[in-house]
Amino acid sequence: MKYIDEFRNPQLAQALIAQIQKVVTRPHVIMEVCGGQTHAIVKYGIDKLLPRGVELVHGPGCPVCVTPVELIDKAVEIAALPHVIFCSFGDMLRVPGTQKDLFSVKAEGGDIRVVYSPLDALKIAKENQDKEVVFFAIGFETTAPGNAMVVYQAREQHVSNFSVLVSHVLVPPAVEAVLSSPENKVQGFLAAGHVCTVMGLEEYERLAEKYHVPFVITGFEPLDLLWGIYQCLKQLEERRYDVENAYARSVRHDGNVHAKQIMRKVFRIATRKWRGIGPIENSGYELTEDYAAYDAQKKFGLTLYQVEENTECISGLILRGLKKPDECPLFARSCSPEHPYGATMVSSEGACAAYYLYRARS
Amino acid sequence: MNDFNVSCPIPVKDYPYVLLSHGSGGKLMYQLINKMFLKAFENDILLQGHDAAVLPAEAGELAFTTDSYVVHPLFFPGGDIGSMAVYGTVNDLSMAGARPKYISVGFIIEEGLAMDTLWRIVQSMGQAAQRVGVQIATGDTKVVDKGHGDGIFINTAGIGVLPANQAIGPGHIQSGDAIIVSGDIGRHGIAIMSVRQGIAFETEITSDLAPLHRLVQSLLDAGLNIHCLRDLTRGGLATTLNEFARSSHRGMKIDENAVPVRQDVVNACEILGFDPLQMACEGRCVICVPQDQVEQTLAICRDFPEGQSASVVGRVIDSAPGQVVLQTPLGVDRLIDMPTGEQLPRIC
Repeated sequence: MKYIDEFRNPQLAQALIAQIQKVVTRPHVIMEVCGGQTHAIVKYGIDKLLPRGVELVHGPGCPVCVTPVELIDKAVEIAALPHVIFCSFGDMLRVPGTQKDLFSVKAEGGDIRVVYSPLDALKIAKENQDKEVVFFAIGFETTAPGNAMVVYQAREQHVSNFSVLVSHVLVPPAVEAVLSSPENKVQGFLAAGHVCTVMGLEEYERLAEKYHVPFVITGFEPLDLLWGIYQCLKQLEERRYDVENAYARSVRHDGNVHAKQIMRKVFRIATRKWRGIGPIENSGYELTEDYAAYDAQKKFGLTLYQVEENTECISGLILRGLKKPDECPLFARSCSPEHPYGATMVSSEGACAAYYLYRARS
Repeated sequence: MNDFNVSCPIPVKDYPYVLLSHGSGGKLMYQLINKMFLKAFENDILLQGHDAAVLPAEAGELAFTTDSYVVHPLFFPGGDIGSMAVYGTVNDLSMAGARPKYISVGFIIEEGLAMDTLWRIVQSMGQAAQRVGVQIATGDTKVVDKGHGDGIFINTAGIGVLPANQAIGPGHIQSGDAIIVSGDIGRHGIAIMSVRQGIAFETEITSDLAPLHRLVQSLLDAGLNIHCLRDLTRGGLATTLNEFARSSHRGMKIDENAVPVRQDVVNACEILGFDPLQMACEGRCVICVPQDQVEQTLAICRDFPEGQSASVVGRVIDSAPGQVVLQTPLGVDRLIDMPTGEQLPRIC
């Protein structure tokens, strides 16, 4: 497939690894922000190909992982209502809430449907006017335009039996939370290519300037990742802290202007709680007043109950780049994708799940 | 060849839909069995009309298997629940090295299923059985209340015959064995996914659904020393190799570049966030043979359309007992586990 095979070419990968070895003279810690990048790094074993002293730590960019348990509980509660059709992206169904996951609700008779596009949920609403159709609108800036569009269209088309349960989070505030922590050890970032495809580079230019750390916008295939790592290491060696675009086939400086317009229309910035990390100021989206009628939380009048997270689980430290999955005493013993304790094991893109899936376990 | 009348033998104007009465032992059921099932499955054993089919006893040993088919949707690119039920049963028997001979069919039909739909399925089963040379020897029909089924479920059992002491199974896997996949993987899973509600997408990918009895029988007739055979179904190659690793207490070492996957399947998996190694197949098997018989095994597989892209994907190793290790294109080893459950499209 064009844009896949070329970016998995083993000879080119070897050439890039040789370049990386040539440029590195001292240890560096780099964080890849996005769960998709973590997944690819562990799947292809890219971290094992890097020179000694170059450490990749895994970032908070897995939307399924960081969705707070309270919100899963809320989804479970809404989905169990008899007059509701609950639509979700597939990988949210297995995420455990306090009592159960959405799969269990389905088994108990809840009408839960996996959709690939949010617009399919709107279609279901139009076809089932006697039901309330709720879409679980989660994700980072990547899924936000599609989720904004479905709310926008619902209002334009006067579809009143449709609403969204919003749990949108934003990358830059999470990166800033990592950088402003006194324990931080991350020296450079591989920024998430698809988030930047939507949002552009601007926010990272501010962060690079403020914290004096380099950002390299990076894609998801092996060569993309190696190229991003090379550029980031080169900056660190040269003591530069620029924002560089190593994913130019997808990312423009200003991002996707149309997508940003529709997001601004439908969403406004709000403080959000992150599973494993806690609340981060101005780190997510909620619906604006104009679209309040499509807010499932308001429509169903549900209040959030605080849920305590497992204290033994170190997913919070993993999400902030302070620990690795195999440093956790629970990892692959009592904690597994079938019985996850915390954020980073619940989704296949979480760092713990990636280690569990692809690395030999003793 | 289609020897059947294409129009439904139960006049649609009389009974456009299956009624509860079609399963309750009266005239309607009698009519359904005689006009539809006997017509499609016609053979001497079924025509005996007994409560139990009486089968000739043969020398050697018997292989006996059962399976249930609940696929949704009932018709998909490259097949339907009827042909899948016959080929799936035939493949299970073939994997034991048996010649498939007889199949039983139990229908659990949901009240309200269109009679024409039932006819298409039954007709497809009849054609599949004829193609493979198995006889549908006995059957049963139940109709459940509307809302208590999903159109139709089919349960089968199969009987096959094999020579005594044929040693094929995970217990016979040896270190050093070559691991061969009989064809490109993952097409069935993608074909089903492409027509499933909520995910439907446009593709020309058709299911790999196929009977494997000819291919397996040719390997055995050639006198090859097959150590183990298993057809790839749900969970795909990842699951089958993990089963082999666990029951043989050996490691399975796979080369990712060597696994045959069609480009359109790779593309669909990329878009949906699926792993081709975990995608379901319905006409593919894994074959473990000694290294010196690899060329002959591949040549025989490739004689059949269903074995065209047969390939060596790896070998059995002593290290990593119970685990499947895959070498990535970058030369790094990683583990392949069984999938946790159904593959779900990823958020992004």
